[in-house]
Amino acid sequence: MTRLFAAIPFAIVVVLGGVFLWGLNPDRDPNEIPSVLISQPVPAFELPPVPGLETPGLAQDDLNGAPKLAVVNVFASWCVPCRAEHGVLTGLRKNEDILLFGINYKDKPEDATRWLADLGNPYDRIGSDLNGRAGIEWGISGVPETFIVSQDGVVLHRTVGPIVGDEAVAKFKAALAAARTATEGKS
Amino acid sequence: MRLILIAALLWMSVGPALAVEPDEVLSDPVLEARARALSKELRCVVCQNQDIDSSNAGVARDLRLIVRERLVAGDTDEEVLDYVVARYGDYVLFRPPFKPLNYVLWFAPFVLVLFGGGVAVAVLRGRRSVEPTAALTEDEDKLLNEYLAEDRKTQ
Repeated sequence: MTRLFAAIPFAIVVVLGGVFLWGLNPDRDPNEIPSVLISQPVPAFELPPVPGLETPGLAQDDLNGAPKLAVVNVFASWCVPCRAEHGVLTGLRKNEDILLFGINYKDKPEDATRWLADLGNPYDRIGSDLNGRAGIEWGISGVPETFIVSQDGVVLHRTVGPIVGDEAVAKFKAALAAARTATEGKS
Repeated sequence: MRLILIAALLWMSVGPALAVEPDEVLSDPVLEARARALSKELRCVVCQNQDIDSSNAGVARDLRLIVRERLVAGDTDEEVLDYVVARYGDYVLFRPPFKPLNYVLWFAPFVLVLFGGGVAVAVLRGRRSVEPTAALTEDEDKLLNEYLAEDRKTQ
């Protein structure tokens, strides 16, 4: 019994050490909110195209039975990190076997059109979410956010914030690869 | 004096309502009161320790509008909360529901108190149960008296 008590300080140190190891890990983001959307079908939404842009609009149906993996990116011309992320997305669209869909979040059509004219338009479809309702359906907390959706319309991954910098890009590419193997295993 | 008091009371009643913009407020005071109560239960996903009722973030405003829309459409309070939870998860509730996924959250404080209390009780009891020094046996007593007597003789 006394021997058991002698082990208690040791046990406390081990438990506390474990908590600190987990809590002080610089890679852990305590602000990260677990997404309820992962492994769920894409939410119901239907967005018209951005007026003045030839790219068609985006709806739930476009994500059910898409010919390729879809990357859904929530962006806006007023969002500065989106500008930095734009080049990365353009590269992904070019080099990866994906479709790139955009949700233009609370953005004036003329601003969005000018922004895409300046930077180039890599999107296969863009839905104009003027009042931000589709954003709520997707459970976003800000812009940009990026989702990976399987061909049968299941959300597989969510990135909060811009995909900028080697680490973030590598992480996203890994998520794409994982999504690809997951969907190939199913079909 | 009375004027100052009234002014102070008015100011205090206005203070906490700053984030809710005039165009959001419902004309029905009962529904509005329910909306305010619900908004205080919901966490803003941008500024995470604020409720959406007091947050100026865009998403918080959208959620406030949605809460009111659902109420006007005839939803119960529970249905409104479920609607938001379906999109943002249990995380947005300031009072997380009691279900297996959240058991750790609910029970951890009690388990810790029990554990700490248990250790404290065990330690205190262990200290008390240290046996008192055993009395001398008859032989030892005799021996001791002999030594003492001898000692006295020599003095």
